[in-house]
Amino acid sequence: MSTLSDTIGWLTTAENWWGPTGILQRIVEHLQYSLLAVGLAALVALPLGLVIGHTGRFEQGSVALSGAARAIPTLGLLVLLGRWYPVQVGPVIIVLAVLAIPPILANTAAGIGGVDPAVRDAAEGMGMTPTQVLTRVEVPLAAPLTLAGIRSALLQVIATATIAAFAGLGGLGRFIIDGFAVRDEARVYGGSIVVAALALVGEGLFVLAQRSARPAGLPRRRARLLSTTVPIPPTAGGVST
Amino acid sequence: MIPVLAARPPSWSGFGIDGNWDVVWYYTVAHLRITALALALGAAVAFPLGLAGYRWRRSYPGILGVTNVLYTIPSLSLLVLLGLGFGLGLLNDRPLIVALAIYTLAILVRNLVEGLRGVPDSVKDAAAGVGYTPRRSLLAIELPLAVPAIMAGFRVAAVSTISLVSVGGVLGRGGLGFLFFEGFRRNRTSEIIAGIVASVLLAVVVDIALVLTRRVLTPWTPARAGRR
Amino acid sequence: MTAPPAATADPPAGDVAIRLERLTKTYPGASRPAVDGLDLTITRGELVALVGPSGCGKTTTLKMINRLIEPTSGTVWVDGVDIRTRPTHELRRGIGYVIQQAGLFPHRTVGDNIATVPKLLGWDRGRIAARVDELADLLRLDRGLLGRYPAALSGGQQQRVGVARALAADPPVLLMDEPYSAVDPIVRAQLQDELLTLQREVHKTIVFVTHDIDEAIKLANRIAILNVGGILEQLDSPAEMLRAPRNDFVADFLGDDRGIKRLSLMTVEDASLSKGPVVAESTTAADARDAMAALGYDWVAVCDGDDRLRGWIGAAELDGADTVGELTPKPFRAVVTADTNLKAALDGIVSSQTRVAMVVDADGRYLGMLTVDDLAEGIVA
Repeated sequence: MSTLSDTIGWLTTAENWWGPTGILQRIVEHLQYSLLAVGLAALVALPLGLVIGHTGRFEQGSVALSGAARAIPTLGLLVLLGRWYPVQVGPVIIVLAVLAIPPILANTAAGIGGVDPAVRDAAEGMGMTPTQVLTRVEVPLAAPLTLAGIRSALLQVIATATIAAFAGLGGLGRFIIDGFAVRDEARVYGGSIVVAALALVGEGLFVLAQRSARPAGLPRRRARLLSTTVPIPPTAGGVST
Repeated sequence: MIPVLAARPPSWSGFGIDGNWDVVWYYTVAHLRITALALALGAAVAFPLGLAGYRWRRSYPGILGVTNVLYTIPSLSLLVLLGLGFGLGLLNDRPLIVALAIYTLAILVRNLVEGLRGVPDSVKDAAAGVGYTPRRSLLAIELPLAVPAIMAGFRVAAVSTISLVSVGGVLGRGGLGFLFFEGFRRNRTSEIIAGIVASVLLAVVVDIALVLTRRVLTPWTPARAGRR
Repeated sequence: MTAPPAATADPPAGDVAIRLERLTKTYPGASRPAVDGLDLTITRGELVALVGPSGCGKTTTLKMINRLIEPTSGTVWVDGVDIRTRPTHELRRGIGYVIQQAGLFPHRTVGDNIATVPKLLGWDRGRIAARVDELADLLRLDRGLLGRYPAALSGGQQQRVGVARALAADPPVLLMDEPYSAVDPIVRAQLQDELLTLQREVHKTIVFVTHDIDEAIKLANRIAILNVGGILEQLDSPAEMLRAPRNDFVADFLGDDRGIKRLSLMTVEDASLSKGPVVAESTTAADARDAMAALGYDWVAVCDGDDRLRGWIGAAELDGADTVGELTPKPFRAVVTADTNLKAALDGIVSSQTRVAMVVDADGRYLGMLTVDDLAEGIVA
């Protein structure tokens, strides 16, 4: 298949990797957008999720919010942004961040809220201050789910940033969009493969991080009950909506 | 019951929404069609996979792993790879439908298995004890009782799919996605907004329809307000 | 005390409904068998209780009868047929199965739950409907409940539905796995009584697993006490087992109130009565005191002209009265009839000031007196 060999050729040509429009540059751009967006989202969602999970209020609301966010067609949003703020990266990052908030928020809230009340009681009973209960008991126990939420968000952002290239953003999506415009199949193909690889590597790193963050002795299948209440499955998320 | 579309899609005229309702409607119907086909395909694949994962416990982590890896591939990337790589072509809806179906697998398989596992052991024990064969027990007892979990997954899959369909707009397709594509190219903000609103409304309507369906299918559960 | 090999007591006369022959179950990876070579014979129409500490294999044994668990070796015969020769689901449709949590199908109405096996067997709708109604009456379930879902029923009602479902196709054999352990004690006692009444009407062969020795004593025709590993320690009627436990294990399991438990199996009719200090209302105070002295009591019981027991009067109260009839007798705390359970009688005796129970007939006429000594004699005999 000539397309396959063309693509391999494109991927292995050194000059395609370097320079201001090279693969490496695009990877860096893509990562910058993604990490920035997720970082901003986490900044907002983590404390909020902590509060919601701890107080138990608005927990249903955070779940409902995730559900609602899922219904938004992001291409439409991005294209709208492209019209109102053409070629401006800032607004795109903000939108990406806003879209990344719901999974982090819902998972953090569920993680904290899902801590067995008996464990909390025991901690308080031992004489821990509320802050200590939070930091020494609730946060470690909620860590796996929170990380799952961040992982989900990152995956989603990587995918959405790819699409944002349509509205003028840089990043790996450029290869796909520009390549499609000039019918350069190798480029379209190659760009898809690189971004897919990026996403998979990111997931892989997160799986490792989750494993090491899980307090030893916690049973694996805690997520069982949550799969029907937490809107985004803890291990999923490469979907840009 | 796939709606027959007009041979030539109506074009957007002018810059406002007036007079373009037929355009929005046309693409909404196209959008729904793609969604339905994707969900049907996804369900058709997820069902046997889920049953296998339930019946043969050791296969489940593997199945889940595969669906999760597929889920990880970014939407545009998967769309392109399916279109070019699998010869589905990029100038029709097929790669989009297949890509969307693949994304539904992760949640549908998982919810099917968890739903079946969630049936109380005492009920499964009783079913075997009264003399149900394993096959009949699955059909008559375990699957019906797994419906709430299955439907919960289906709702998430449906809403996600509806919003994902418009990614096809990057390639000039994807139901309402076309309005994004066109609106961007022709600088028509109203067209874009119309597409967004229609997509969200469609998602809401479908979600409500699925909730009602679940209530009808499970007359033994009290209807719980606000329960997802 | 070393236990002699537990020979099974000869089963009561009647044909054999279930026979377990060298039944063994070893779970993969386990060092010892859960059930090791169990031999047991159950005759038609009797209720045999499998009792023992946890790990004794009683539930495992039960589940091997309807093949929910496959034996590692050994044979189970039901109605003279090796259960392995029949397709499993056919076997199970011919055996009733009741479990602790009832296991009712939540998505089916109560009526549909009960109708499960008849439907599987292909009965026609009219026959099924009639049978469901019949069972509802038999199990004291209000017919209005038939259209409702199990979640709407109380624990006790759910258990009754479970039994009804098990009986629906009129199987000759019923397997019950700790069916009453999950309900509260009051409901449990009711359900046990209902089972006894039911058994009098339908005469099923029942294998009943329980960890509660009192429940076994109350319900069973014969009790099989199992030790860890499915070792049969003794198989006897409750009265016989209480009278003569075969070894220390059985004695310990029966509890340290064996004598009193035996009393609960006997009624006043089984006991011999004593003569009590009973006088008529017309008796003089002096004669009353003589009657007291003769038998060694410090009170007299008073009967009216028809021999009906009115109560008792203490010695001190006789001062200043001419005849017994002038005084108001105190009612006896413990008044029993011929069918009163001896344990209840004992409870009355120890709670009364007079330390006796007065036995009367259906019209309240005095028949005799029961003392603690009388009861003790019954135990020792």
